[in-house]
Amino acid sequence: MRNPLSKTVVNIKPSGIRKFFDIVSEMPNAISLGVGEPDFDTPWHIREEGIYSLEKGRTFYTSNSGLLELREEICKWYKRKYNVDYDYRKEALLTVGGSEGIDIALRAMLDPGDEVIVPEPCYVSYVACVELAGGVPVSIPLKNENEFRLTKEELLAAVTDKTKVLILAFPSNPTGAIMTRKDLEPIADICKEKDIIVISDEIYSELTYGEEEHCTIGSLPDMKERTIIINGFSKAYAMTGWRLGYALAPALIAEQMTKIHQFAIMCAPTTSQYAAISAIKDGDKDIARMRESYDKRRHFLLATFKEMGLPCFEPKGAFYMFPCIKEFGLTSDEFATRLLEEEELAVVPGTAFGDCGEGFIRISYAYSIDELKEAMERLNNFIKRFRNK
Amino acid sequence: MNIEILKLLETDSKMTVTDIAKMLGLDEAAVAADIKAMEEGKIICGYHTMIDWDKVAEEKVTALIEVKVTPQRGQGFDRIAERIYNFEEVNAVYLMAGAFDFTVILQGTSLKEVSRFVSEKLSTMEQIISTSTHFVLKKYKDHGIIFDVVKQDERLVIAP
Ligand SMILES: Cc1ncc(COP(=O)(O)O)c(C=O)c1O
Repeated sequence: MRNPLSKTVVNIKPSGIRKFFDIVSEMPNAISLGVGEPDFDTPWHIREEGIYSLEKGRTFYTSNSGLLELREEICKWYKRKYNVDYDYRKEALLTVGGSEGIDIALRAMLDPGDEVIVPEPCYVSYVACVELAGGVPVSIPLKNENEFRLTKEELLAAVTDKTKVLILAFPSNPTGAIMTRKDLEPIADICKEKDIIVISDEIYSELTYGEEEHCTIGSLPDMKERTIIINGFSKAYAMTGWRLGYALAPALIAEQMTKIHQFAIMCAPTTSQYAAISAIKDGDKDIARMRESYDKRRHFLLATFKEMGLPCFEPKGAFYMFPCIKEFGLTSDEFATRLLEEEELAVVPGTAFGDCGEGFIRISYAYSIDELKEAMERLNNFIKRFRNK
Repeated sequence: MNIEILKLLETDSKMTVTDIAKMLGLDEAAVAADIKAMEEGKIICGYHTMIDWDKVAEEKVTALIEVKVTPQRGQGFDRIAERIYNFEEVNAVYLMAGAFDFTVILQGTSLKEVSRFVSEKLSTMEQIISTSTHFVLKKYKDHGIIFDVVKQDERLVIAP
């Protein structure tokens, strides 16, 4: 029989997380800090709205782009919070999670050989989606000393005449880094100068801590026309399983994204869309409540790391810490494997998010304080044993 | 006074000063001093434990009594409230706006005991015009805590 498989697909590297998943699943006493989704239940008023829509028999397809009312509310919400104007009729599209948005944005823009700049460490899907769309990923290794923000110099060094797209994802999974307006300004200037389109994955926008609010690069002068905002309900409203996200893009691009979406997906889940109307209209207080809780855990881990002497910059976003483990002389993978074997504590090696994650581990704090406390004891035991040797 | 400390203690009164300090990014000594001041100022009035008494063999009855009264000249409702809340078996007394004046929450060991309290102690006070007693059959949620629901973490153990 002929080889039935596509070379492109076969050549895509499988996720580095799989191995740990299989081991942890077999360990009943293991504690995991390896989850990239909220520990909260979806707020009841949102779930209730979903149930009501089912009771009412709203079980049909919606229009390809999604419910008009929801698109309108999303555009109003983005305008109110982040000061960008998108036309809900032509520039907004409901997707199956932010995940689909990333995929179709890339597919709508890339021709074979087009280069996409991907600052790493980053979420696992970008490189694979670029390759699937026929593009060439160009990685920028972000640095701990810059608190994992992208600098102008790093970006300039990666730009070639084939560069078409930059993927910016702040607040960041896995580092928790954010980029403020001031950090974004020089990046925006280069994008304009070099004619680069930005895919801005803002899925963690609502989980930004401290004084600075989240800023979208699309709100900087003349950036809207070259920015695609990807966001969704998964992290802000604890709705991962509902599979609902959205893309805001200039009409020219949104139209082609909608075309792919129309043929590949048809429409985002109808029940989720009805529930999301309640989220976007009445969910600000839920966001605030959950953000407050994450922030306390973040402080808790920062203080605990400090006691342990585990170096980690202060992350101001998402729900991840990215401590440096270079002093132990192990690779990230070895560190995570031994931590799991010896203390039954699961974390994700930094290398799962790009080669430059070597020497780091990702710790998620989407867990209760009691779980975090127990986990930190185990981590501390592990570290102490090492240092005593 | 620190509202963040109060919010933490309100959901978990067992939380240690060390943990509170870490979670709020504050100094331990400052947190301890703050809590002490709030205790002395009666902002923090006590530390209680939520118990689902239904799971304990011992019989407990909770009654909610609506009470109508005639307020006393010069002393308003406070004087009568005091006469009611001083009984040990009275758990809570609230002054209400609406169709009646006080909500009295009472805990006893039997219906009979509660009824006797209402007929002998409460109703006989001269300012009390009427009472209406309701018995609690089952508590589903109290102080923001849902009883009897054990939450399992249903997330995948590792996810990107
Ligand atoms: C940075 C980032 N982008 C996008 C996603 C995808 O989220 P969803 O498809 O649930 O909206 C995730 C999920 O972990 C993420 O961490």
